[in-house]
Amino acid sequence: MLLDSLKSAFLLLVSLDPELFEIVGVSLNVSFFSTLAAAIIGLPLGFVVAFHSFAGKRFTLTCLNTLLALPTVVIGLVVYSLISRRGVLGPLELLYTQKAIIIGQVILIIPLITTLTIAAISKIDNRYRNTALTLGANQRQIAWVIFREARYGIVAAIIAAFGRVIAEVGISMMLGGNAKGFTRTMTTAMALEYDKGEFILAVALGMILMTCAFAINMVFHFFQGRIKTDAV
Amino acid sequence: MKTMSVLSIAVLLSILVGSTVYGEDKVLSMSTTTSTQASGLLDILLPEFKKDSGIDVKVIAKGTGAAIRDGMDGNVDLIFVHAKAREEAFVAEGYGTKRYAVMHNDFIIIGPEDDPAGVAKTADVNAALKAIAANGSEFISRGDDSGTHTKEQTLWKESGVPVMEMKRTIVKGDNKVDVAFTEPADADKWYRSIGQGMGKTLTYADEKRAYTMTDRGTYIKYKFGKTPALDLTILSEGSEGLANPYGVIPVNPDKFPEIKYDLAKAFAEWIVSERGQTLIGDYRLIGKQLFYPDAIPQ
Repeated sequence: MLLDSLKSAFLLLVSLDPELFEIVGVSLNVSFFSTLAAAIIGLPLGFVVAFHSFAGKRFTLTCLNTLLALPTVVIGLVVYSLISRRGVLGPLELLYTQKAIIIGQVILIIPLITTLTIAAISKIDNRYRNTALTLGANQRQIAWVIFREARYGIVAAIIAAFGRVIAEVGISMMLGGNAKGFTRTMTTAMALEYDKGEFILAVALGMILMTCAFAINMVFHFFQGRIKTDAV
Repeated sequence: MKTMSVLSIAVLLSILVGSTVYGEDKVLSMSTTTSTQASGLLDILLPEFKKDSGIDVKVIAKGTGAAIRDGMDGNVDLIFVHAKAREEAFVAEGYGTKRYAVMHNDFIIIGPEDDPAGVAKTADVNAALKAIAANGSEFISRGDDSGTHTKEQTLWKESGVPVMEMKRTIVKGDNKVDVAFTEPADADKWYRSIGQGMGKTLTYADEKRAYTMTDRGTYIKYKFGKTPALDLTILSEGSEGLANPYGVIPVNPDKFPEIKYDLAKAFAEWIVSERGQTLIGDYRLIGKQLFYPDAIPQ
């Protein structure tokens, strides 16, 4: 069956199946924007928590770590009840749109990006900070120095978050509704083919998903390599 | 500590042994459509069947496509589905022994009360679908290759609305097989195929104030048995094309020797017997008859 799936995946790719490209497009689009939005919120949040010592910091960290285990179904349910026609945000007509998926996924990965950013920054030697301070750097410059030093960890956080959302099915299904051409992503398409009993097609889609993920990681890897050579 | 682990191993073993013995002791596995399970019919039938025969039934509820697939792979002993043409093909291709006609219910076209396409005024289901297409009103399709989806595709084809066939070629063994489905042509704006179960499709249509086609049982359940109730109304019903027959087929033991054919046959014969048929005819969901027995004239 795996061989059949491999052949079918290849066939779908070479035949430039328009529906397939649509599905891949929706997946990439949604994942890109949710990762971007979550990074915009999660990175500064990670910086703030890592930099400052405040009462309840440990508790905050514990909470963030707990949120890492937040099931997609729970996020889906909560967001659903807010944006459904009978919910408080009902008039915005967000349910079963790509925006709805993005909202859910952002909630899913903010804790991931935040905790990984905190971890990346905490690993940076305090001497960088102190050196920068003695050289007369202001807060913003210090933040920049730390950011530069922690960049691998931060890029890794973003890659991990992207991987999480592109492979995620619960939120996409509940909030996107798997509408063909609108909100059908690779994972919901796979779930559908499984439900239909078309396992070969499901696995073929899985292989294409992995190919996409691989390609994106290659791009990140390339950039990381660039950063590295720049630094030398 | 040691006694504890010995004890827990002993408990585990006894559970394992117990379940194997139980497994050999008359358990029939059946793949069926979500509609038979969701309607609550099986909750009435299966305990009675157990009383009469001593056979337990393990139910796996899926879309008709997946249920038939389970039968073709020999994963279950029996299928209980509603897509007559495909059931007959299943038997003709040697996967099943015989199709037992069990019962029928019907499909209905539902939509929002204000009915922008004027479906309630149409004479039959063909005119109803034409009205929806002509008005470009949003229509939600199961799109999941289920019995209901199969029916919906047939109805579009028969309605006279222009349709297009979508194809995807996949490789199975040495053959290339087309996975095809039909949908109204040039309907990107209003036709939404969501690939989900009936219940989900109803809530989707409700959210979108859209039309959809559903089996009556699931509709009754969502309309009268749920809070908040489904805010959609029946707009077209009763056409001949909307009948929905269910059949039971034992999987062919010649193809899969490990199939419990005698149990499957016992169930099939029981459900078309007077006893099974009476239970089906007497079943009421929220005071309404859902299924009409087909094997014995009432």
